[in-house]
Amino acid sequence: MNYAFFLGCTVPVRNLNYELSARLVAETLGLELVDLEDFQCCGFPLKSVHFFDSLVIAARNLALAEKAGLPVCTLCSACGGSLSEANHLLRHNAELRSQINERLKEVGLEYTGTGEVKHFIRILYEDLGLDRIKEKITRPLSGFTFAPHYGCHFIKPAEAAGGIDPVEDPKSLSELIEVTGAKALKYNTMLNCCGGSVLGAKEDLANTLAGQKLGEVNQLGANGLIMICPFCNVMYEGQQKKVEKKLEQKLKVPVLYYPQLLGLALGAGPEQLGFKLNRVKDKDFLKQFEKED
Amino acid sequence: MERIDLKKLDPEFKHRVAGELGGEHIKKCFACGICSARCPIEKIEPEYNPRKIIRMILLGLEDELLKEEFLWHCSTCYTCQESCPQRVNFTEVIFALRNLAVRKGLAPAGMAAAQNLLSQQGRMYEVGDFENEKRQEMGLPKIKGNPEDYQKLLKK
Repeated sequence: MNYAFFLGCTVPVRNLNYELSARLVAETLGLELVDLEDFQCCGFPLKSVHFFDSLVIAARNLALAEKAGLPVCTLCSACGGSLSEANHLLRHNAELRSQINERLKEVGLEYTGTGEVKHFIRILYEDLGLDRIKEKITRPLSGFTFAPHYGCHFIKPAEAAGGIDPVEDPKSLSELIEVTGAKALKYNTMLNCCGGSVLGAKEDLANTLAGQKLGEVNQLGANGLIMICPFCNVMYEGQQKKVEKKLEQKLKVPVLYYPQLLGLALGAGPEQLGFKLNRVKDKDFLKQFEKED
Repeated sequence: MERIDLKKLDPEFKHRVAGELGGEHIKKCFACGICSARCPIEKIEPEYNPRKIIRMILLGLEDELLKEEFLWHCSTCYTCQESCPQRVNFTEVIFALRNLAVRKGLAPAGMAAAQNLLSQQGRMYEVGDFENEKRQEMGLPKIKGNPEDYQKLLKK
């Protein structure tokens, strides 16, 4: 199973732990992630400013993957959402497609709509499947509890996201957590939005949103909040100190990326999975996975 | 909100919104209010009110609406869109309104910064030698990229 690996803007600069652990997990599970040199921004940041241009940019990246003959694998849910949405819109609107292709001529590319876009988590869940992951688990994480954070753009809008999960009752990430042997929490704020896309416009509002979930997970005392998007990570990990001030309450919610969790269960150590870059960690939990040799 | 002056309403505004990418289904709204009932932003900041925003579009309160900062406070969680029985696609309508505000010069300062970054470097964050060295230290491949494509595609 080969994929064109779409890193986007944020992950390869600010979330090397996510990238590192995803690459390691993919290799262990027999997924080949092919780096396409020309991939750049997905177009999402332009959508509020110039929707059409954001589609041009998304279609450019989709056309590159089509040319390589590979489905796209994204780590960021905003990239995944933006590329899936463009793919959906352009497949169903011939006029728009030809306008976009007119623009793409300038860079010698053509979008045909033959490619697929999948988030890394979706590839694990659908293309590989829980059974095949389970076979490779060498160090079950029994006795630990994690809170899944699905985020919004991973499953919504459902029409473009392709229906991996029912939007009101998603299960994929929870089942992926449980396949490691850990327990996945079901909690009230599970489906809350992180607030990441309001951070630039009104930080206080974004922090209030993030605080709803951090407050609950803190109280429940999970071993970690599981991320699948670098934007959500900005809110829950990067802003945690500020949220703490806002809530006037001490918070200690370890935040980690799903491939970091799976990597531990597959036998890798915290060092290999980039845990030194995690800002809020559960040190007692991680200590148990240090190499004993 | 002040009293509405009926003479200032622009009945064409809703058609302009419907002509924007994402705004196509605005006229289907039958005002049930589920968008507002489920909006996580409205619960924190009542001025952001999806149902009211839709009424403003349908009534034709263009300038009053497009200058509002709250248009930029939607977190694009898509809860309204997924709940809507009329498939108005309200999250997409917000993008359409933001596009119109940008074109009229009514967007808050800084909201269009992404456009400059992308049309120059094709990325939100620069990847230079420093970033690539850090990547190499961790055993990750170098990022090359192709900013020229973005300069060509986004030139104004």
